[in-house]
Amino acid sequence: MTIQQTLNSFRTGPDETGHFGQYGGRFVAETLMPLILDLEKAYTAAKADPAFHAELTSFHTHYVGRPSPLYFAERLTEHVGGAKIYLKRDELNHTGAHKINNVLGQILLARRMGKTRIIAETGAGQHGVATATACARFGLKCVVYMGEVDVERQKPNVFRMKMLGAEIVPVVSGSKTLKDAMNEALRDWVSNVEDTFYCIGTSAGPHPYPMMVRDFQSIIGKEAREQMLEREGRLPDSLVACIGGGSNAIGLFHPFLDDASVEIFGVEAAGHGVASGAHAASLNGGKPGVLHGNRTYLLMNEDGQIAEAHSISAGLDYPGIGPEHSWLHDTGRVTYLSTTDSEALEAFQLLSKLEGIIPALEPAHAIARAVEIAALKPKDHLMIVNLCGRGDKDIFSVAEHLGGM
Amino acid sequence: MTTRIDTRFAALKAEGRAALVTFVMAGDPDPSTALEIVKALPKAGADLIEIGMPFTDPMADGPAIQAAGLRALAAGETLHGTIDLVRAFRAGDQDTPIILMGYFNPIYIYGVEKFLVDAKAAGIDGLIVVDCPPEEDDELCKPALAAGLNFIRLATPTTDDKRLPKVLSNTSGFVYYVSIAGITGAATPDFGKVATAVARIKSHTDLPVAVGFGVKTASDAIAIAKGADGVVVGSALVDMVKRSLDANGKATSTTVSSVMALVSEIAAGVRSVKK
Repeated sequence: MTIQQTLNSFRTGPDETGHFGQYGGRFVAETLMPLILDLEKAYTAAKADPAFHAELTSFHTHYVGRPSPLYFAERLTEHVGGAKIYLKRDELNHTGAHKINNVLGQILLARRMGKTRIIAETGAGQHGVATATACARFGLKCVVYMGEVDVERQKPNVFRMKMLGAEIVPVVSGSKTLKDAMNEALRDWVSNVEDTFYCIGTSAGPHPYPMMVRDFQSIIGKEAREQMLEREGRLPDSLVACIGGGSNAIGLFHPFLDDASVEIFGVEAAGHGVASGAHAASLNGGKPGVLHGNRTYLLMNEDGQIAEAHSISAGLDYPGIGPEHSWLHDTGRVTYLSTTDSEALEAFQLLSKLEGIIPALEPAHAIARAVEIAALKPKDHLMIVNLCGRGDKDIFSVAEHLGGM
Repeated sequence: MTTRIDTRFAALKAEGRAALVTFVMAGDPDPSTALEIVKALPKAGADLIEIGMPFTDPMADGPAIQAAGLRALAAGETLHGTIDLVRAFRAGDQDTPIILMGYFNPIYIYGVEKFLVDAKAAGIDGLIVVDCPPEEDDELCKPALAAGLNFIRLATPTTDDKRLPKVLSNTSGFVYYVSIAGITGAATPDFGKVATAVARIKSHTDLPVAVGFGVKTASDAIAIAKGADGVVVGSALVDMVKRSLDANGKATSTTVSSVMALVSEIAAGVRSVKK
């Protein structure tokens, strides 16, 4: 595409007004505007402060267990008979997913800003658990907004958050899922402007969140890059990651965006199929609009009313996507595919049986497409799939779908 | 360029009283009842009318206005329908200012240029779009001003003196002061603090200042009207719509009259404050 040819780098965004091309921005109520400007200032200062990075790195090493391994999935590779498939094992992190990478960064920032009360939205509960964990670690008050529907289908995580001392607020407005949890968290923030820090779980929301969350998650791609150079002596040929809001994906992709030889694939949740209308594939089945503080691809009707997303995976069940992904989609740098519920269930079982790794349903979406792409590649093609979460939380719902196996 | 909003505030200033600004949701509980409500408002004492554009995800609104929006959407309201509502109102009222209030996405999807043309032609005078702060003025604010509409901005307790000029820079018609850091229909404001804030804003601008969020009763309105040029009532009115509905959520014979009774009561309060 012409846009791609004229860009010197894909890694310089966002611009100073928080835009990636036409996407992103700061579409928030005036009450919140001074708060996000303060946050931007505080983050810019922290980013330039070696002490902040040293503290974060120390927690990565001793609390989260980073670096996460880059694991050669030998039996999966044999099974597919194509590319060499590596898994970036972020499911081994403390709390079982990549979410903790971002949460620790934001919580350390909240402490620097003197905030004492943390709020978060959560869908599957992984971001809520990570936030509750970090708040327990630092003695901060934690309130997690979770759609009533998700509270019901993610009970183990609700219990974990409660054990960690968080207050869970079931959200009964709208569709009672992740987007409504985010609305409710924003309403809380508008009402508690003095002491509260809003810890957003994905690379979306008003500037500076998409940039900040991406920066904190980029540890995934930085490590993977070094690990692959060490293991194979060269860069990978392709990357694959699942996308809800897209924080694990942008974390893996961002350090590789300017390596033209690296093919990059994002995988959205197609639910019952993009043509069915019951899906969460904003790029493949939506159009640009404005929600939750940013312009990005959204699922909506012809009147601009936001549609309810559907995915078997609560973590991908969101009608939007981070603005940087919208831009990477339009520029053509990243190819965005999708995986249906049933394909994800198959991939979930495949990885469990071949590698002894039960993935979360979210990365099972990535595995499904990765296997297909890998089959078409030569044996010296190096692929990294981001295994961004483990499947413990999903075993009951998967068992239900598979007829109580 | 003078709009109906400018004319109305100037007239009320000459009369020596504050304006009553009423908010109701387009299409709530159904499009035809909503039109009856809007038509009845001026006679009940509304000086300016804000009409909510329903949206699925109203992040600055409390439960009352959220529910009103969902009732309207369930009854089939669209942004086209909202513009039609104003056109129908204008057929019988050329003077009462009409302001549309809501969120950006439905306007963005309608198409900003087309929306502004259609809104102006229908007799809409101003816009309040909650999620378009000054930082995003190129999106809607500047095109709206160029199209001859007022763009009314929200100033809030978090808008400090340093930021206020930025908020006021492209504001016209009036300034909407949000009396609390919170959502619509929430806690009753501290009237002393509100008076201080209104005075602070007035030291920065000659525009009228109207105050809303948390104004529920005639006595709240009286307290606000002492210092402000306008009092905005919204959640209390849409709550009254809700209370008038039957068990199936349909309008009843008391829907319009019960809303008007509350408007009259609050209007009497506002008019009792002489300046």
